[in-house]
Amino acid sequence: MNQAIDYTAILPELILAGTIVLVLIADAFLSPQRKWLTMPLAFAGVVASLIATLWLIGEDRSTFGGAFVVDSFALLFKVFFLSVALIVLMVSFRYFREGRFYQGEYYFLLLTSFLGCLLMPSSRDLLMLFISLELVSAPGFLIAAFRKSDPRSNEAGIKFFLIGVLSTAVMLYGMSLIYGVTGSLNLAEIGRALSGPLEPGTQTLVFASILFIVAGFAFKVSAVPFQFWAPDTYEGAPVPVAAFLATASKAAGFAGLLQLMFVAFPAQYEFWTPIFAVLSILTMTIGNFVALQQRQVVRLLAYSSIAQAGYMLLPFALVSANPTINEHAFAAAVTYILIYAVMTLGAFAVVIAMSKESRGLLITDFAGLSRRAPVIAVAMTVFMVSLAGIPPTAGFWAKFLVFQVAIERGGIGTALAVIMLVNSVVSLYYYLAVPRQMLFEESEQERPLVAPALVTAVAVLATVAVVAVGVWPELLAHFPPLSTLVGG
Amino acid sequence: MTWENSAITIATLLPLAGALVIALVPRQHEKGVRALGIVITGAALAIAIAITFTFDYGASGLQFQLDTRWIPAINARYHVGIDGISLPLYVLTFVLSFLCAIYTWRVVPSPGKTKAFLALMLLLETGMAGTFIAFDLILFFVFWELVLVPMYFLIGIWGSSNREYAAIKFFLYTLFGSVFMLLGFLAMYFNSDVGSGVHTFDIVQLTRFAASGGFSHAFQLIVFAAVGLGFAVKVPMWPFHTWLPDAHTEAPTIGSVLLAGVMLKMGTYGFVRVALPILPYGAQKYAPWIGLLAAIAIVYAALACLAQRDLKRLIAFSSVGHMGFVMLGIATLTSIGIQAAIFGMVAHGLITGMLFFCVGSLYDRYHTREISEIGGGVMQKLPYLGGVFAFVAIASLGLPGLAGFWGEVMALLSSFNPAESLSTPLFRAFMIAGGIGTILTAGYFLWMLQRVNMGTTPEKWKTAVFADVAAIEWVSWVPLLLGIVALGLFPALLTDVTQEPVNALLGLFK
Repeated sequence: MNQAIDYTAILPELILAGTIVLVLIADAFLSPQRKWLTMPLAFAGVVASLIATLWLIGEDRSTFGGAFVVDSFALLFKVFFLSVALIVLMVSFRYFREGRFYQGEYYFLLLTSFLGCLLMPSSRDLLMLFISLELVSAPGFLIAAFRKSDPRSNEAGIKFFLIGVLSTAVMLYGMSLIYGVTGSLNLAEIGRALSGPLEPGTQTLVFASILFIVAGFAFKVSAVPFQFWAPDTYEGAPVPVAAFLATASKAAGFAGLLQLMFVAFPAQYEFWTPIFAVLSILTMTIGNFVALQQRQVVRLLAYSSIAQAGYMLLPFALVSANPTINEHAFAAAVTYILIYAVMTLGAFAVVIAMSKESRGLLITDFAGLSRRAPVIAVAMTVFMVSLAGIPPTAGFWAKFLVFQVAIERGGIGTALAVIMLVNSVVSLYYYLAVPRQMLFEESEQERPLVAPALVTAVAVLATVAVVAVGVWPELLAHFPPLSTLVGG
Repeated sequence: MTWENSAITIATLLPLAGALVIALVPRQHEKGVRALGIVITGAALAIAIAITFTFDYGASGLQFQLDTRWIPAINARYHVGIDGISLPLYVLTFVLSFLCAIYTWRVVPSPGKTKAFLALMLLLETGMAGTFIAFDLILFFVFWELVLVPMYFLIGIWGSSNREYAAIKFFLYTLFGSVFMLLGFLAMYFNSDVGSGVHTFDIVQLTRFAASGGFSHAFQLIVFAAVGLGFAVKVPMWPFHTWLPDAHTEAPTIGSVLLAGVMLKMGTYGFVRVALPILPYGAQKYAPWIGLLAAIAIVYAALACLAQRDLKRLIAFSSVGHMGFVMLGIATLTSIGIQAAIFGMVAHGLITGMLFFCVGSLYDRYHTREISEIGGGVMQKLPYLGGVFAFVAIASLGLPGLAGFWGEVMALLSSFNPAESLSTPLFRAFMIAGGIGTILTAGYFLWMLQRVNMGTTPEKWKTAVFADVAAIEWVSWVPLLLGIVALGLFPALLTDVTQEPVNALLGLFK
């Protein structure tokens, strides 16, 4: 089967892949003092890829026999992933230059992971979806273990790896069953094949495979009961890697999950919405309650990211036969993921700023930061308040959209909304733990904390974004493209 | 952009802009920052006063309206306006904030950080003022929540010993209530229909929709419970009041003044502005229960006051009682009752705000708030401060001729004769409870004065050198003292403003 490849459609991926190779080659020829040059190189590559992506906006392309699609949904996520890539590169720079790390390899692996992210929202085929997911995860296993001399980092990598491959195997098994039942790998075709009445035996098989696939993605987005790896991995991994895992990697999981559930399996919603309801409730509740006891800031953010995953899973549980509500649920989930990523990246940037002088990164290490680094302290306060969902910050609107669909859905939606509300009140307690230290306590040191310029820039940028969206949510409230995936 | 459609927006957002300016001033200009705080709050107050002069007191509808796009995706609009119900509270917000800024000129509580202190206070001012002018539920909610963060930090950073506990308790309690309020708002939104299936968050449109019988009875009962919970925690109504004594006791002086003076009114205002007009059936069904809780609050708070040893805690509990009178007035669903409520809110804002100023100044001198530690003799030691304190305490217990009297007596009067749909004997029982409450209130305030003001100065304070009321304190207090007398002598100053809109509101219950 010979078909022309639409090179324009895959241009962003091509540029990124080229950059990855360049970084690896350049690393081999640079003297150790100049290894840091790989970061500007990687940065330039990502910018070029971003420009190519922006160039594609408004287009609707499809190639590789429909396995790879460029549409508004895909572009939205691609722009998002590339922006996250820029931010992660920025916050990584000093961290990896000053620590004793293999810089070239790190940027190589990080970009490879982002290549997977970039492919994910375009994948409309089980095989592509699987490959992109693996491309996100596999380099992740390595960079999580990048602090080689620290046993906790090794533990982080191994744990991440073992649970990762286990869930991948389960997911792959589910995918193969679906292929067996429908005879197709294409998501839209699967959706059509499953939309009619099924024989009882086939139905059971389909249900089982949906369960397997959801389990695989639940690992990726760290939903309970597949969340065990997250806190240990985040804590052990280099902090910029934790930032990557908590944002881009998780968002990639959600991008894949959204496509599967809304395109391939919408007909089976009666089967899977209760599963998502349970997943969502457990994830947010356990995440929040365990977070209450955390003393270490990265672990706190890890449990926060678990709890937030619970909120993001909630819209899935609201899917029904009503297409308007499905559309709204879809939009709510996407908006939540994007806003969550901005707040979390900002918070991790602040943690990275702290990581130089505080090895353990305990919450108490933040004491008196408002005097020592007022800008960083204000930024962190904004992120924490936003993560807790207090207006006027972006985090409020993220939660608001979810509540809105839940109430619109009625029935189980109202119950889920109440559970989420109680959870978000509880979460306030631990989110305020960090500002409490920064503002209420005095530090033993008076010396100002000097954060790397790039890290401060990221923190300020994220603060501005969080407040701007908070005051003027119209900036994010409508994604005209979103319906393309759901309605059609 | 005309005066008519931009005045209240400018006055409301001016402090927010001021907060940003203050954040940018270099840290060295300590006094400059304080002066800036006074200038900003003063400018905002000037606009607010200009609004009161250009306000058309004869009209009953919304004035100074601005209704413009904000978030089209959910049909939430930037709709602000002002009427006779919100005007008094709106102006009160600016008056108290201005006086607090003046009071701060003298002393910023430990641990200093003047810039942050004033910036947060200004942020708080915007949130409070915005709540009173918002006519879109989402806008209302955003302003409502905007006050939480600055107040949390004001208590948490500048509070006394147990501040962290009090701050988080305050935050969690109010947030818990308000998230249910948000659910209620969303339910209203999805059940509203302003033509061709369009939903709305607009309070005016929702009121009209409700008046045409749009919301079913069962719906109103559920949603009133959700929305009412949010307001009740804020008021705070018994038994949701437990955050208040802690928050008040630990907060710095101006935190307590603004908390008692304005923030509590957001809850009662919410009942009058949102819950009553949009959910009239729910209001009628819940009114006896609200009345019951209000009556319990009045008696309970008075008894609790008798047991307090800490001055600030005592005044905090007295607030619970006074807000009980306000809620009792609202629960009667009569014109007098609701006007009593608004009167009570303003009077309580002036009087209790002033009481907290007095206690704050006493604490600055004695460095204790324990009644037994002070041990009496304040009149000897600090005659002016003692005199002001006595005057305000007596105003607070409801002496005729002072502001505190009218709110209470009108509330009791209205519960003698509640709305037709309500049980008269039941409300008369509440009236009796309220009457007992007033006697107890007089009792604990007089007893407090006896223990603090009267008697001879104890040995340990004899040698201490205390300055009596400073000039700057006079400046920040005199307007409040004048207001207390003026409203006491001429209650019509306020009732003339509130009468029209309250009657219009009650028209919805026919």
